[in-house]
Amino acid sequence: MSSSAACGRLEIKGELNIFTAAELRLQLLEAIATCTELEVDLAHVSEIDSAGLQLMLAAKREAVLRKLTLRFTGHSPAVCDVLELCKLSGQLGDPVLIHSPS
Amino acid sequence: MNLDDALQTFIIEARELLEDMEAALLSIEQNPDDADTINAIFRAAHTIKGSAGLFGFDHVVSFTHVAESVLDKVRNGAIPVTSELVAIFLAVSDHLGNLISGIAAGNEPDAAMQALADELVAKLGSYLGQNAQANSPLPVATEAETPLERENSGGVDSDSWHISLRFGPDVLRNGMDPLSFIRYLSTFGKIVGIFTLADQVPTLSELDPEKSYFGFEIAFQTDADKETIEGAFEFVRDDALIRILPPHSLISEYQRLIEALPQEELRLGEILVRCGTLTQHELDVALNRQADHPSGPAHPLGEVLVDQKVVQPKVVEAALDKQKQVKDAKGAESGLIRVNADNLDDHINLIGELIIASAGANLIAQQTANPELHEAVARLSRLVEEVRDSALTLRMVQIGATFKRFQRVVRDVSADLGKDIRLEISGGDTDLDKTVVEKIGDPLTHLVRNSMDHGIEPVEVRLARGKPAYGTVHLNAYHDSGSIVIEVVDDGGGLKRDRILAKAVERGLIKPEQQLSDQEIHQLIFMPGFSTVEQVSNLSGRGVGMDVVYRNITALRGTVDVDSTEGVGTTMRIRLPLTLAIIDGFLVGVSASSFVVPLDMVVECVELPPEQTGDSQGHDHLNLRGEVLPFIRLKEIFDVPELAPFSPDGDEEDDDTEAGTSRLSGATGLLTEEGAAALAKDPELAFLLNPVSRENVVVVQYAGRRAGLVVDKLMGEFQTVIRPLGEVFNGLEGISGFTILGNGNVALILDVPGLVRRVAGNESRRNGGSGISLQSAKDDGAGRKLIGVGGAQ
Repeated sequence: MSSSAACGRLEIKGELNIFTAAELRLQLLEAIATCTELEVDLAHVSEIDSAGLQLMLAAKREAVLRKLTLRFTGHSPAVCDVLELCKLSGQLGDPVLIHSPS
Repeated sequence: MNLDDALQTFIIEARELLEDMEAALLSIEQNPDDADTINAIFRAAHTIKGSAGLFGFDHVVSFTHVAESVLDKVRNGAIPVTSELVAIFLAVSDHLGNLISGIAAGNEPDAAMQALADELVAKLGSYLGQNAQANSPLPVATEAETPLERENSGGVDSDSWHISLRFGPDVLRNGMDPLSFIRYLSTFGKIVGIFTLADQVPTLSELDPEKSYFGFEIAFQTDADKETIEGAFEFVRDDALIRILPPHSLISEYQRLIEALPQEELRLGEILVRCGTLTQHELDVALNRQADHPSGPAHPLGEVLVDQKVVQPKVVEAALDKQKQVKDAKGAESGLIRVNADNLDDHINLIGELIIASAGANLIAQQTANPELHEAVARLSRLVEEVRDSALTLRMVQIGATFKRFQRVVRDVSADLGKDIRLEISGGDTDLDKTVVEKIGDPLTHLVRNSMDHGIEPVEVRLARGKPAYGTVHLNAYHDSGSIVIEVVDDGGGLKRDRILAKAVERGLIKPEQQLSDQEIHQLIFMPGFSTVEQVSNLSGRGVGMDVVYRNITALRGTVDVDSTEGVGTTMRIRLPLTLAIIDGFLVGVSASSFVVPLDMVVECVELPPEQTGDSQGHDHLNLRGEVLPFIRLKEIFDVPELAPFSPDGDEEDDDTEAGTSRLSGATGLLTEEGAAALAKDPELAFLLNPVSRENVVVVQYAGRRAGLVVDKLMGEFQTVIRPLGEVFNGLEGISGFTILGNGNVALILDVPGLVRRVAGNESRRNGGSGISLQSAKDDGAGRKLIGVGGAQ
């Protein structure tokens, strides 16, 4: 993933769910407002629910509206699991690294 | 209907849709917020994609899909409509048109086309903010995720439950996660298919992070009973809309579900797939079967599915109802039947024959004294006339569609020229013959381009002249005495009279001492090789074109003239006959010949008093209620020999005489030699028996000018099937065609526009030559004691 000068990076750690959604929404909004390209690292997301999923979709839509590039990267197993459950990776459009079952 | 026919239908429909799309794109540029228009564009793209998919044109599908994805975002307001976007989509629409043409010609797209497609996809992709392909994979690709084991199950997976979930907004706040219910489901069964409805999720700034926006459609396989499944949703029963449909039974439930689906515009297949009633595999099988089956396209997809026992008829009905609601809106726009133009032409030809045959029957009926036959024939004639009228209206199309195409021309050309030019359209609902519409496109394009290039001045000049900065080209159409008039009006600089004159002299087209009216000078621009423009642009000014326009329009039996005021603007006026096949004619007799005057151009008929027929032969004006009416004698123009006076050996000539005189000939045939001798001695008796010596004047009007045609007999209305004259007679003046009379004789159809021009030409030549104005010509006429002519007959 190449990074340009205007590239921002946000790392979400721990829970991405109803309890953190409101706070993360503000963080994401702030990040979106300041850069033209944003990478959101999901590698350390330990838990995600539909509120988190909604947040991801909404962030994507916001990015399209503002014509900025938003990428979710490093999907953690928890995220992959949920995306697989809902068959939503297509709608989000980011390359998802499939974790081999261990 | 075989597959080829279906393919033709696809091609025609796709082209129409592209036309709609283009029109919508051009109008959206003016009103970027018009949701209906955006939807129309989206629908066009969506339908083309869907139909192309049915025929397996993957290159069309994949290309259109990207466009559709962008359009979807436009529709949702995620992408604003800009002129840049419109330009890209116009290019997309053009490219699709090329792809469709390629399909029609049976060609695979070549490398150049592919390169163009890639370029467009890249441009579109930039709107999606991501690599277009990755962001929105093709539906086919998505559905490939369906688990593989289902491929072998064959037939319907009838043991799947269908669960439809719409979570209420407060589910999350109440501490429940919709996903956990789905996870829970998988503990006692297998989720075969799932479709997440995420359409309700707004943008981040509008997102309420604690509100639930999701819905799910799930196909679920389990051995558990309904109660167990219901139990899974025990805790959200009040907060969510849950429908659980067991397999097999409860078709009405399926129906209700489909009706309740919030999506507006899903294709039947998609609805069924999303419902889980049908898998993509089953849909594909059905589609293949539909494509393979010779009679396939005649059967809607739904029928095919029912045939294969894939779905229950009632389910299909519900889905079709849903689709029908969408289609009805479209249907209202175009409740049309597609008919092969050749069939229609054959039909019109047959009706032409029918008219001739019925005229023949009519004639024979008149010769018999059988009132019942008379009545029957009269009824038949009336019906034939009605059939003719209705058949001719079948060929009539509104010119509006042709006019609308000029939006694009004007847009592109004004961009090329760097001028701001607007197109105004009026009279779009004016009907004219389809053949005419097809042939008028090119000349009209040329006139419009010419107006834009030469007519409309650069902005500085316009502002200096006190005109608005933007130029206007106005297309207008209306009916006028049996003709359709199409006007191209611009508010530009107008024709430069002096420069045209100088150029014409330079080219040797006219002599310097010639006196020409403005009208005649303007007409010079239609001469071959004539251009006064110093700068040749890529649009016009090369001196080819206007003469081609003139030739094309003349070939349609039309005329084109120019009104122009220097500095104010120019009006090009094309005048065309309304129809090319059958007209209402007015039959007149000159000696033994018959002529047809198009009835629409006849204003009235008056009698030419005998005083004028004899010694005043030289006159070519008469006083029609105080106005000067120039007239011409058809007998002189066409050199028709005088009817031989009554003679005992006149029988051979009688064979040549037509309808009107045959009765007379019959009468003369009865004359004995003594009688003929008596006639010769008694001129009064001869006059009574020979009314031919009285002449009539048919007053015709064309393009605002009137002229009189002097004929011997008026024979009344006649339905005229126009037959073109052979090439040998192409240069013949005053005749535009011929027709066949009921008795099998031929009558020539008069070219009234040509005759009127000729009369007017005579007049202006004389006026110009002697320097007499129209007023003095009137005096001149009065001086020679013009006889007042009575009222119309």
